[in-house]
Amino acid sequence: MATRTSVYAKPNAATSSGFEVFSWYFFRISGLVLVFLAIIHLLVMHVSNDVSQTSYDFVAARYANPFWRVYDLLLLTLALLHGMNGLRVMVDDYVRGRGWRLAWQSFLGLVTVTFWLMGTLTIVAFHPGTAPLGAFFHTLFHLK
Amino acid sequence: MYRGQSGMWAWLLHRVTGVAILLFLLVHIVDITILGFGPTVYNNALSVFALPFVRVVSLGLIAAVLYHSFNGVRITLIDFWPQGTKYQQIMWAAVLVLTIGGFLGMGYYVMLPVFHGCPAHQCG
Repeated sequence: MATRTSVYAKPNAATSSGFEVFSWYFFRISGLVLVFLAIIHLLVMHVSNDVSQTSYDFVAARYANPFWRVYDLLLLTLALLHGMNGLRVMVDDYVRGRGWRLAWQSFLGLVTVTFWLMGTLTIVAFHPGTAPLGAFFHTLFHLK
Repeated sequence: MYRGQSGMWAWLLHRVTGVAILLFLLVHIVDITILGFGPTVYNNALSVFALPFVRVVSLGLIAAVLYHSFNGVRITLIDFWPQGTKYQQIMWAAVLVLTIGGFLGMGYYVMLPVFHGCPAHQCG
């Protein structure tokens, strides 16, 4: 182990970097936007409509208007980044050992990218009457 | 002393509700992806959200979103408003009142179909 030459050694780069400052602002700015996006989303899906009505046709009618696609894409992106960044902070708080922290952070990064792509593909590519995933798995399991 | 005071509970609840909302978000991304399998598969899969038990679970989600939202505004006010720290305890009381009030209002609409057997706005 390296010996520390001074108690006034440079602070840990990870805790004083510009990224942490950006993260701090991002939590607050995305959070304020999410207060409106998430609560309006809940009111639309659970109050002005009932969950039993939010069927495939409901989504089709809603996504005929590009406004809701942009709305949902913004909600997905901000909520996922806000939430996964929160988990990143929790890993820094609770996971001891550089190796484990790096492993967790890498895993969280992979989860973020994967789920963002899944959600984005659905919001952007949804077209009523088509079943791209159904067709994909059909091809996958019926290869001759 | 921080430990045991309202600030600790405000912080702990913020963290717990944050994790709960994130877990639901991941589940929700998977369930909307089912749209890609067409109307029959989607409607069958998503009908679980109308089950009484799942409605009770969604009450928890609503409470978590409301608390995390209002307490997030409180945290931002503590950070940016010069008087913020002075009023943080009163603001936490306001957060709890808004959360409980909003929860009772929204929860009423979520649970109404269970007792009436029809969507809320269709019940006279």
